Amino acid sequence: MDRSLPVWPDVKVLVDDPSRQARFEQVVLPHLNAAYNLARWLTRNEHDAEDVVQEATLRALRFFGGFHGHDGRTWLLAIVRNTCYDWLRRNRPAELHSAGDHVETPEDTVLKRADRLRLREALDALPLAWREVLILRELEQLSYKEIADVVGIKIGTVMSRLARARAQLQQRVLHRNEESAR
Amino acid sequence: MNCDEARTLLHGYLDDEIDLVRHLEIEEHLRTCEGCSRAYGEQVALRSALQAEDLYFKAPSRLERRVRAVVRDSARTPWAGAVAAAAAAVVLGMLIAPMLFRPSSSERIADDIASAHIRSLMPGHLTDVPSSEQHTVKPWFAGKLDFSPAVVDLSGEGFPLVGGRLDYAAGRPVAALVYRRQAHLINLFVWPSSSTSEVAATADVRQGYNLLHWARGQTNYWVISDLNAAELGQFARLVQDRLASAPAK
Repeated sequence: MDRSLPVWPDVKVLVDDPSRQARFEQVVLPHLNAAYNLARWLTRNEHDAEDVVQEATLRALRFFGGFHGHDGRTWLLAIVRNTCYDWLRRNRPAELHSAGDHVETPEDTVLKRADRLRLREALDALPLAWREVLILRELEQLSYKEIADVVGIKIGTVMSRLARARAQLQQRVLHRNEESAR
Repeated sequence: MNCDEARTLLHGYLDDEIDLVRHLEIEEHLRTCEGCSRAYGEQVALRSALQAEDLYFKAPSRLERRVRAVVRDSARTPWAGAVAAAAAAVVLGMLIAPMLFRPSSSERIADDIASAHIRSLMPGHLTDVPSSEQHTVKPWFAGKLDFSPAVVDLSGEGFPLVGGRLDYAAGRPVAALVYRRQAHLINLFVWPSSSTSEVAATADVRQGYNLLHWARGQTNYWVISDLNAAELGQFARLVQDRLASAPAK
């Protein structure tokens, strides 16, 4: 009998794996950095990011019976991403609809310390929908297919979003360059 | 191709995510259009700036503790669905347990591979023949194994060879080739297969390590590392490509 057959999925998790906890940890813990990095970039705050990852872990546990995939990272990142959006909807709804105007958060003033942080600042200031594709692509090195899975958009949309995100990021970096040159 | 199309497509080109026809079209366009060529150059520069900066946020260690606590707590308060499923499991378990409790051969091999990998990371166990030179590592196996493992050089792709070692997995002696990606060590286990059927790359996780397994050309391949799944996949693809283009004999 092929154990990968989708027969009685819930039973499989429990019978096949007496230690469901251990298996869950094996799937999730290797991707904790990826989960935190995405949450940190989407919430732009370390404490919020930790809360989001904790909440995402609870959700992941709930959905774990349905996880038959091989790619734990994409699976977890999709859950973290949705948890971030729900969190933002509750706490900072304005950001979800922002067309690019940066909502100032308290750390922004702290961040403006050194030149080295210019790129970080520019990324932070990007609208959410563009920031997330850039983080997934450039920091997590996901393929377009994986990004489409995590974000829940068509593969074709990934490239156009990246194009706009990069164009805007570049503009912001250059703009700050000019400002600081003055 | 006009410039509007090119300005979007050059991102797919940059990310290596477009088909060959468009790849050639955009190359041609970049050769002839100064504006788009400059835009592409700027994107290349932006990417290297992004990668040079330390932008990745590592999870603080207390987060791992928090996550483990969440998992523990969830075991103490099982939700209704799990209780129902557990009841069903008792009944169904009687029917299927004999099949399920005996681990399949690939499960057992995955356990072997994980154990061998962890053992190899203990001091002094990594290599029998430490060398970054494929022509040193390959001949070393002669006379020690009943087959000659192909050893590929991937240093140009950022996976330098560290060395080779004899190991034991799947109930037989196997060749273990050690590669490195920055600080991450990768063990590639190779041994002949009696079956001619090919197995597409299959991923697994053991004790926090990522595993990939495939079989091709009557040879079994297992890779394992603490490297992330994407880069480990890249490594596996490079090995496959290199073996396909130059079958070592």
